[in-house]
Amino acid sequence: MKTVQGISLDYYIWLSAALFTIGVLGVLYRRNSIIIFMCIELMLNAVNLLLVAFASYYQDPQGQVFVFFIMAVAAAEVAVGLAILVLMHMNTKSIDIKVLNRLKW
Amino acid sequence: MLSQYLFYFLSFLAVISALLVVFSKSSVQSVLWLIVTLFAISGHYIFLLNAEFLGVVQVIVYAGAIMVLFLFVIMFLNLNQEVEAHKPAVLKFAATISSGLLLIIIIGSLKGSEQLGTHVGSNDFSSIKNLGRVLFKEFLFPFEVSSVLLLIAMVGAVMLGKSEKEG
Repeated sequence: MKTVQGISLDYYIWLSAALFTIGVLGVLYRRNSIIIFMCIELMLNAVNLLLVAFASYYQDPQGQVFVFFIMAVAAAEVAVGLAILVLMHMNTKSIDIKVLNRLKW
Repeated sequence: MLSQYLFYFLSFLAVISALLVVFSKSSVQSVLWLIVTLFAISGHYIFLLNAEFLGVVQVIVYAGAIMVLFLFVIMFLNLNQEVEAHKPAVLKFAATISSGLLLIIIIGSLKGSEQLGTHVGSNDFSSIKNLGRVLFKEFLFPFEVSSVLLLIAMVGAVMLGKSEKEG
């Protein structure tokens, strides 16, 4: 594939910062725990994008290998987390994150 | 010039659909918008950042597997018709303000850093051949550990999914 050039790395940093912030906003804003989960995925993707951009900038394949590992960990995390959510819905009939307040005591 | 337009288009798509993930009413719509975001990011990988392998893996793993898992759980729990509880307006306002401050801090911390130029592209370093060599030579042990991690996650998900009464 033809290499496309001419995009400054700064733009990618700003894009990743924006996506990460939207993820943080979603975690703080919503009470639906599935959507909170999706926003965590969004944050992981922002970090992935930045890692790939830096790997491309420094011509170093190690950054891309890191992204590969992050994807594997994200897949594991989603599997376990969604199993926990299903269990939570079975026990409390709700996926409201506020139900988990009782874990404090 | 074309790459600039492509960058702006994909970034706009990613940011707008990420915002729609947060603000859309039903959770199924959120999942679908998140798929759009992931496709936009994989477009960045494939067309602009010379990472074709990661772009394909992104589509397969995220948009294929993980999002299907999300959709499956939403259908399984039948969450669509419920009226969802929302946080009070004060908390929403505080959330918006604090994440905006976070964005300002991140952008502001970049101000003093050195100016980074454009990347010079050569396909060589990120070809699948090179990537595989790095993965299986320098990162062989983490690779094996991540496979064990996936196995543990699978066992854990099955354990959690089993109901307790069956023992």
